[in-house]
Amino acid sequence: MADTILRLKDITKIFPGVKALDKVEFDLRPGEIHALMGENGAGKSTFIKVITGVHQAEEGEMYLNEKPVRFKNTREAQKAGIAAIYQHVTAYPHLTVAENIFMGHQKIRMGFVQWKQMYDEADKLLKELNADFNSRRQMGTLSVAQQQMVEIAKALSMDAHILIMDEPTASLTKRESEELYRIARKLRDEGVSIIFISHRFEDMYALATRVTVFRDAKYIGTYDVDKITNADLIKAMVGREITDLYPKPDVEIGEEVLRVEKLGRTGYFKDVSFSVRKGEILGLTGLVGARRTEVIQTICGIEKLSSGKIFVHGKEVTIKNASDAQSLGIGLLPEDRQTQGLILDWGIGRNITLPEIRRYVKGVFIDEKEENKAAHDVAEEVDTKAVTIFDKASSLSGGNQQKVVVAKALNSDYQVLILDEPTKGVDVGAKAAIYEIMGELASKGYAIIMISSEMPEILGMCDRIVVMCEGRVTGELGRNETTQEKILELAMTKKSAERSAVQ
Amino acid sequence: MATKSGRTIGYTKQKTAKELLFCWEALLIVILLAVNIMNICLSSNYLNLYNLFTNINSFLVKGFIAFPMAYILLLGDIDLSVGSVVCLSATILGITYNGTGSIVLAIIACLLVGFACGAFNGLVLTKFTELAPMIVTLATMTLFRGLSERILGDTSTKGMRNVKWFANIYDGRIGPVPYLFILFVILAIVFGLVMHKTTFGRHMFAIGANKVAAEYAGIRVQRIRFIVFTLMGFICGMSGVFYSSWVGSIKNDIADGYELEAISMCVLGGISSMGGKGTFPGALIAIFIIGLLRYGLGLINVNSQTISIIIGTLLIFVVMAPNLKFKLPGKKEVDSTASEN
Repeated sequence: MADTILRLKDITKIFPGVKALDKVEFDLRPGEIHALMGENGAGKSTFIKVITGVHQAEEGEMYLNEKPVRFKNTREAQKAGIAAIYQHVTAYPHLTVAENIFMGHQKIRMGFVQWKQMYDEADKLLKELNADFNSRRQMGTLSVAQQQMVEIAKALSMDAHILIMDEPTASLTKRESEELYRIARKLRDEGVSIIFISHRFEDMYALATRVTVFRDAKYIGTYDVDKITNADLIKAMVGREITDLYPKPDVEIGEEVLRVEKLGRTGYFKDVSFSVRKGEILGLTGLVGARRTEVIQTICGIEKLSSGKIFVHGKEVTIKNASDAQSLGIGLLPEDRQTQGLILDWGIGRNITLPEIRRYVKGVFIDEKEENKAAHDVAEEVDTKAVTIFDKASSLSGGNQQKVVVAKALNSDYQVLILDEPTKGVDVGAKAAIYEIMGELASKGYAIIMISSEMPEILGMCDRIVVMCEGRVTGELGRNETTQEKILELAMTKKSAERSAVQ
Repeated sequence: MATKSGRTIGYTKQKTAKELLFCWEALLIVILLAVNIMNICLSSNYLNLYNLFTNINSFLVKGFIAFPMAYILLLGDIDLSVGSVVCLSATILGITYNGTGSIVLAIIACLLVGFACGAFNGLVLTKFTELAPMIVTLATMTLFRGLSERILGDTSTKGMRNVKWFANIYDGRIGPVPYLFILFVILAIVFGLVMHKTTFGRHMFAIGANKVAAEYAGIRVQRIRFIVFTLMGFICGMSGVFYSSWVGSIKNDIADGYELEAISMCVLGGISSMGGKGTFPGALIAIFIIGLLRYGLGLINVNSQTISIIIGTLLIFVVMAPNLKFKLPGKKEVDSTASEN
């Protein structure tokens, strides 16, 4: 048996005007889980697409079992036993699990689909993966984690022996991630080689034996996971050292800006109370399903409130829509920046000025010169990586898109900034920049609420932490009395009516 | 703020000659010129200003509808009921006149009905946002047409053109230029400026490009949709007045197909039916392309069915054009229907 099952050498891929991959190399051993890491825009996705035949490399060779290969399309790669599972599952939600698994290679005899055989085989595959659902379920009724399991089953149904997972844990809870680890290890033990792309260091430590790092379309190195330190790995990915990932400045905390009392939305959450002060960073955390996003969406006027009161500077207010919240100085940086935070088709300048476009009106018309100047100023303030303010938002990396969303909020006169998972899907370099900006905003006197599921950033950045579980507040902790265990305990406290609404 | 990388970001924009040359409007102007040259070759009389305006006047009646239709498409919506709204409001004008003898009252009633029909569309669509505009306006298209049929039956209203000043709304001219054309130019300027230069226009672009992000940015999405649909109804009422002034007798089948004509004009003009993209000047040029093309083909007695085939073919080619351009090797992408003006 060959020592490497897949080897790529000097792969170069050029898109008009951009070198997406510059002489990168990679090798995969049989039965190995190999992590591929790098910042957004480092070329990981392009690299995967070269392997799976979506893109064809301009230069370089690819060897499968030491035999040179060249895939003209995805079908050839699939035939060679290479399958990929993407971050966003590309499924048919209205079809059954079995139909999804066998999509493209249905069991057919004499022109008829062999349903029974398909369901049986699908069930067998699912059983091997320890799935808790059967193949007749409708795809759309499954959770993201379960859908990924179907994707894995699909790959197995095609006899894949090289499996590529592109950020599979990005939208999974901790428990679901662990279930995915278990499956990955099981497949590895059965001889499948896995390329695992992730931003999370936990994923890499849990699974991989080796890690390859790309940076700016170039190959940086391949390391044994147990021999490289965290700091060295970050340095390899970012190209510089990050000394303090959580630069939380000491800010004098001022008067109360926003307070909510016994907020409720029928069927979602109940009796949610908390407050945030000037200069303070309040963390709002909990497991997936804790209804944190729903709470802040009602505060920001996106969804309707069914009970409770909202106070701004001690005065009760009514918020009926997003524009009401904004004029009260409450700004939201939504969780999903691609659909909620930005208009991807627009230039970053127009995105930034959108909520405050009225400010640039002279007479009846918009003064575009002034608008562009203002947009430029804030875009530079947050250090957006762009050539002009007319660059489309879609052309930026995740971290830079988030910076544009921040710039958009900065350009408006808010006093309270609510950040919903601000670092989700953002690479480590941009994460550090976003934390730095948050710290500076707090020193400038903004009251900040950060929703996050990532314990380290909650612990590292927040002055106070409100923990939610299943639509109720289960506890509130100060900066110095917190540990990860305490938060987790509160996040998993189920029936807690008496303990809710701790003031 | 943040660790500065020393990067600077540009914020002045110059359109290169190439961009201007390859923009959608440039292509439309070429087509418009071609149509005019064709017409000149077909009829030696074509350039007679008086005749030319006579013909322009006749397609302006539906040309007006393309203005608010551009807004509706820009929002990512569609309104199929416009032809029926024109018919219903003209019907009401006719029976009010025949009933009361007052043409002023009739005009007011006509505009009110158009306004109410538009507001009804807007209300249904903004209160029940899960409904598809195509289906809702298909239903109201049938509903409004049905009302006209019920009111008029097989008869038609008559006599409006006996009122001299009412007939003059359509017939009247300053020199060779009809009143209607002057109004058209004024409204075109207003609609164009609102779309490209005001907050309202920017909000419409935002809604069409990404409704959710627009909502999060504090834009009153449903209110703007309601306003635009109501505006559409009102302009249809106006078109109903012009139609009555032009023809002078209203049957229940008038203005049939106006909706598709207006949509065609906008789409040809580069307004994306998916919303969020397009320019008003483009739509304006397209109104004249389709109008003059129909006129020119009419000059050589091409029958109306064949005209439809030709216009349909033109639409397909023009809509495909940007995609074809991207597929040609060696040519860089030119964003011909960019939202930035």
